[in-house]
Amino acid sequence: MKNIYEYYAKWIREGKLKPSSDWNKDLKVKFTLQDPCQIVRKSFGDAIAEDLRYALKACVGEENFIDMTPNKSNNYCCGGGGGFLQSGFKEQRLEYGRIKDSQIKETGATYCVAGCHNCHAQIHELSEHYEGHYQVVHFWTILCLALGILGPNERTYLGDDLKGVNVFHPESEM
Amino acid sequence: MAEGAIKLGGKKKKSTIMDMVKEILPDGGNLNACLTCGACSSGCPATGLEGMDARKFLRMAALGMDEEIMKSNWPWMCTMCQRCIYVCPMKIDIPQLIFNIRSRRPRDQRPKGIVASCDMAMKGETLSAMGTSVEDFQFVVEDVLGEYQEAQPEFADMEAPIDKKGAEFFLNQNSREPVTEPDEMVPLWKILHTAGVSWTYGSKAWAAENYCLFIADTENWKKMLHQQADMVHELGCKTYLNTE
Ligand code: SF4
Ligand code: SF4
Repeated sequence: MKNIYEYYAKWIREGKLKPSSDWNKDLKVKFTLQDPCQIVRKSFGDAIAEDLRYALKACVGEENFIDMTPNKSNNYCCGGGGGFLQSGFKEQRLEYGRIKDSQIKETGATYCVAGCHNCHAQIHELSEHYEGHYQVVHFWTILCLALGILGPNERTYLGDDLKGVNVFHPESEM
Repeated sequence: MAEGAIKLGGKKKKSTIMDMVKEILPDGGNLNACLTCGACSSGCPATGLEGMDARKFLRMAALGMDEEIMKSNWPWMCTMCQRCIYVCPMKIDIPQLIFNIRSRRPRDQRPKGIVASCDMAMKGETLSAMGTSVEDFQFVVEDVLGEYQEAQPEFADMEAPIDKKGAEFFLNQNSREPVTEPDEMVPLWKILHTAGVSWTYGSKAWAAENYCLFIADTENWKKMLHQQADMVHELGCKTYLNTE
């Protein structure tokens, strides 16, 4: 049982994937990263958190990545885990997520990469509820963007600022 | 004085939930070792919800306030994220205490949404909490793949195999993409194709959702893990690769 975040980093180190952050050189779009409790603290520890950062920085540029505090194994849960999203306790769930929302806002980043679907859904809702209006994206989206292979129909979670950046086969837009 | 103490000690104490949980956990989860320092609660986002926090909950359990802790909904607001045990000087396993309290609620009184998702996952062979069938999954994967092979010729020979024997990686897949946003499956396929990786989905047991675990339905959770392991072995894959 392995996690794909370890492999993204491995494949980049081995040169099998060659992402470039050039698309973001002038744009300087800022990214932060949610360390999923399940993957980092509960399973693979700081090593996989480092892998995640290595891969993300390769895609967006070292200077455009801003970490939350605290982070990695010491990170706060976003409140999407453990079944909270389906439990019916919505008000409490949003209250739980208040810390995460503040953490993200403090980074000033306009994008938060979420490595798991529960985190993704919860942080997306936090962004709307607390009106931070940061975007929440899967890592695969950013990796494909940096590889220059992200088509127009694979950009559901990108904001308007990135919908038209580095588009692969723009004519295939549906 | 001494006599009284002996009398008290000799009286058989009723076994509390905490006693029972301690028996299940290795080293009793250290549940007796609390220093009441509060490190757990001060770094827990669930602190204050329902007027509860981790330290208080542990204290109530230690005091045998079983009725109160079984009535409380707080165990469903703790995400079992393990930050408390990570910072606790005594490594007290509060998340496992919570899990075991979840599992002690009659199943029909656990949150309906999570129960329904677990039930749905156990109904079919795919383990999808959204009820996606073997055929529907296969159809959507092939359909989307065909579209992209045509629209993006650089990926004309990209694969999204199902049940490919001997592939190195067995990939799981959250139901959300095939059901509600199939285009979102494609970036990952492209990455795997570009990296030259040998991988496959399973026609069965591909879903990544964990609701039976969240609902503390250990029996069904074990069944799911077995079905996943069987599928991986049947295909002869080396690694189960979790995509989230
Ligand atoms: S951090 Fe550990 S020792 Fe401190 S109050 Fe919490 S459970 Fe007790
Ligand atoms: S496991 Fe529960 S009690 Fe512990 S920090 Fe996370 S939410 Fe709080």
